[in-house]
Amino acid sequence: MAAVDDLKFREFDDAATLLAANPDATTISIDEPTEAHKKQHSRRQEPGREEDDELLGTDDSDKTELLAGQKKSAPFWTFEYYQTFFDVDTYQVLDRIKGSVFPVPGRNFVRLYVRSNPDLYGPFWICATLVFAIAVSGNLSNFFIHLGRPTYHYVPEFRKVSIAATTIYAYAWLVPLALWGFLMWRNSKVMNIVSYSFLEIVCVYGYSLFVYIPTAILWIIPQKVVRWVLMIFSLCLSGSVLVMTFWPAVRDDNRRIALATMGTIVLLHALLSVGCLAYFFDAPEVDFPAPIIPAHNGTTLITKVK
Amino acid sequence: MRVSCWRSLPTCGLQSTLFQLRDLKAVGKKFVHVMYPKKSSALLRDWDLWGPLVLCVSLALMLQGGSADSKEDGGPQFAEVFVIIWFGAVVITLNSKLLGGTISFFQSLCVLGYCVLPLTVAMLVCRLVLLAGSGTVSFIIRLIVVIAMFAWSTLASTAFLADSQPPHRKALVVYPIFLFYFVISWMILTFTPQ
Repeated sequence: MAAVDDLKFREFDDAATLLAANPDATTISIDEPTEAHKKQHSRRQEPGREEDDELLGTDDSDKTELLAGQKKSAPFWTFEYYQTFFDVDTYQVLDRIKGSVFPVPGRNFVRLYVRSNPDLYGPFWICATLVFAIAVSGNLSNFFIHLGRPTYHYVPEFRKVSIAATTIYAYAWLVPLALWGFLMWRNSKVMNIVSYSFLEIVCVYGYSLFVYIPTAILWIIPQKVVRWVLMIFSLCLSGSVLVMTFWPAVRDDNRRIALATMGTIVLLHALLSVGCLAYFFDAPEVDFPAPIIPAHNGTTLITKVK
Repeated sequence: MRVSCWRSLPTCGLQSTLFQLRDLKAVGKKFVHVMYPKKSSALLRDWDLWGPLVLCVSLALMLQGGSADSKEDGGPQFAEVFVIIWFGAVVITLNSKLLGGTISFFQSLCVLGYCVLPLTVAMLVCRLVLLAGSGTVSFIIRLIVVIAMFAWSTLASTAFLADSQPPHRKALVVYPIFLFYFVISWMILTFTPQ
């Protein structure tokens, strides 16, 4: 009976099939936020198409501009404001990490990967992982180095975690702050084509620290040569990311100031890695060949220098 | 505990119960849910922080007494364990909410706190094994137990929390949980009695 059929529960069909049944019906489409983001991101990855859209002035480009404008306009005391700094998907974070480990010569990390969507997820969690990687690896390496000695009693050295945390978070946040302030000051004196926001600088520094995580784990190997080779290698990789990012921002400036800025960036980066290696990882023991020391009664004593 | 009311008080008739047997049963039920994680929503619906508090305090107490001669090189103190667990849980919850998760703040704290249970069990087992001896064999037993319980904790909390996360960001939310339980497992594994 028709009445009973009308009362029966029915699932809503797919929009396509419903439209096929009734083509003239008005439709409202409500995108899920993730789908809207996907559209935004896919648009960002095709810069040529984006420019075409803007030239043609289609509705989509208007929507993109509107959404981009809405992105950072929430007041800073609301939760939504901070959510805009975590607007990244898994594949984006992985891409940025890949870009920091395999720097392409001549390509700018910020322009290539960050693209006006700086996130705080990467810098924060990469620093957290690095803190624990250094503390745990340092503890393990000290354990293996001192293992044979009879007087050795293992200690977890938990204090070092807080020291590592303070150092690394201070480096990852205060150095970008100083650099940003310096670049803003130079920007007021010399017109630079390229300028970075504070968050983009934090982003670059945070992701550039990623390569130190496998380096810290490999530093467990108690060979001095291996450790120094690893350190120089990782310094080159992450240093090159920083240099290639900041060179365009200072190259229009006075030659000496530009070179001094680059030098300072690399020097601070080197200081961080040398300091971590020296403080958290004990020097591996080296057995020297025994020197022959003449004893009082004429017999020679062979001593082992530990 | 029932507070008896006097007729003269305006709140007469209301029985203020601080901690009833009913609450104890709810906590116990949640412990069972953590040890056998299924897709039930009991942990999420009726959150409470009693269980996490009990687990945190017992873990911090068991990690006591691991300090070396100088306070500098020893294991974590009671306050440090407490701060790490609660601060870590708060940061992870904030992280998942900032990434767009739909779970509420206290529900997430509840899940993360309850999923410390396998690691508390591991700590208990480790202390018992250390009573027997502290050689290589005991270390291998402790290592296996801690790794197993770490995997259990991470999988249990992921099973409860994963559904409330946006689909393309699940890995971004799960990784900090992994790191959190890894740090706790490290503290348990490196515990050396005086």
